[in-house]
Amino acid sequence: MMTYFKEILVGFWSLLMGMAVTIRYFTKPIVTVQYPREKIEMTPRYRGYPQLIIDPETHTHRCIACEMCSRICPSQLITVEGTKFPGEKQKRATKYVHEHYYCSLCGLCTEVCPTTALEYSAEYRLAGFHRADAVIDHLTLLQQRQKTASLPVTPVPTDADIAAAVAAEAAAKEAKAAAAAAKKPAPGAEVKE
Amino acid sequence: MEQVGQLLGSDVVRILAGLIGVIALVAVNALFLIWMERKVSAHMQLRPGPMEVGWHGAIQTIADAVKLMGKELITPEEVDRPIFYLAPIVVFLPVLLCFLVIPFSQTMIVRDMNVGIVLILAFSTLTVLAILMGGWASNNKYAVFGAIRSVAQNIAYEIPLLVTVMSIILMVGSFKLTDIVAAQSRCWFILMQPLAFILFIICATAETNRTPFDLPEAESELVAGFHTEYSGMRFALFFLAEYTNMFIVSAVATVLFLGGWHGPILPGVVWFLIKVYAVIFLIMWFRWTFPRVRFDQLVTFAWKILIPLSFANLLLTALLLKIF
Repeated sequence: MMTYFKEILVGFWSLLMGMAVTIRYFTKPIVTVQYPREKIEMTPRYRGYPQLIIDPETHTHRCIACEMCSRICPSQLITVEGTKFPGEKQKRATKYVHEHYYCSLCGLCTEVCPTTALEYSAEYRLAGFHRADAVIDHLTLLQQRQKTASLPVTPVPTDADIAAAVAAEAAAKEAKAAAAAAKKPAPGAEVKE
Repeated sequence: MEQVGQLLGSDVVRILAGLIGVIALVAVNALFLIWMERKVSAHMQLRPGPMEVGWHGAIQTIADAVKLMGKELITPEEVDRPIFYLAPIVVFLPVLLCFLVIPFSQTMIVRDMNVGIVLILAFSTLTVLAILMGGWASNNKYAVFGAIRSVAQNIAYEIPLLVTVMSIILMVGSFKLTDIVAAQSRCWFILMQPLAFILFIICATAETNRTPFDLPEAESELVAGFHTEYSGMRFALFFLAEYTNMFIVSAVATVLFLGGWHGPILPGVVWFLIKVYAVIFLIMWFRWTFPRVRFDQLVTFAWKILIPLSFANLLLTALLLKIF
């Protein structure tokens, strides 16, 4: 008889304990993130698509258009073009397009970069309506990021700029060659003599 | 003018107004309860629940109801047609009838019958008949299993339910719901009869086929139990009846144990509804806490624990009433 009542009381107590657990959870804040409306901070080691690093000193990118990344990329999805602008020592990227729909996020591009110009972004919301939505133009993206960080925006060189730079460089080369020729007589002439 | 006044005071107008009010209440209550259930379950699992349609998903249920109305009413080949068609109506009618005697406040009651509580208990039992009809007529083994379980469940909870209610009726000396509420103007019966309240809530959960006693529709074992073969609005009627049944048993619990419309400041109707929805929240709380019991566990529990305890409670009540 005693065990009968004891069993009832113990059982009833266990039911109350269970209800205490659920009501505690009922009052806790919810953990679900409302996906398109809310955004969460990703951890620093999150591997999103690669993006250009904003250099803390020059406030612009460090890409020298060496095309190492586009060459090592197993999916060959990176298109880099660059030109040497007058008055600069190295080439500078004029176009950097990343077709993200082919990307396997292997990270070889960021590892191979000689100037460490690439990093992983923390962006995880990559859904789009068209294939074109997954094509990332890094120079425009860089401008947007500079704007949000209220830094001076790096202009994307237009076709006219590039043509002018190419022409200027060609002219400089020609001038250099001409100068060299003037300084030193052609080797053929000496042989003839 | 005199005639209009007579007409307004007449029974016909009262019944008509009451019926319209009851049907409106049934619909609104079901819409609200389904939303509430989804919200309660979501928050207990740290989810937000429906959020898209309306403020915090408030009109999600209306969207769902519109979808259900647009669905095809499928009648499988081998069903017992007349019974199959009748079952959703049979499950819904007693639910409407029970509303007629529920006292929302001192005056807000369609018909104050002197056998109110008996009427509610009698008609709410008809739900089991409807479930048996639906399950049997479906000619589907899962549906039949659900129906059989419902009947077995009925013999388990019905006796302790009636005996528990008897102990309250002994104290009041009347079957009239308004009398029962009036008797609690000083002290709610939950304070005098806590054991009876617990027993009643357990039986009420079983009566409304809610988890942990949702054996007839056990979706993890029986697909959807007795309403497996029902679709569209026929299924919606079963659903509506389930949620309205929840309202009715909570209203009865409020009348019997929680002092009905009694409460300070606010009008009686508001107090009544607050108490009813508090009891409903308790039942939902059970659902998201306890796992489903097995059929034999329920019957053992009812016959070995609920029935002896309810009889002991009744005897004790009778003794104390005789002494004092």
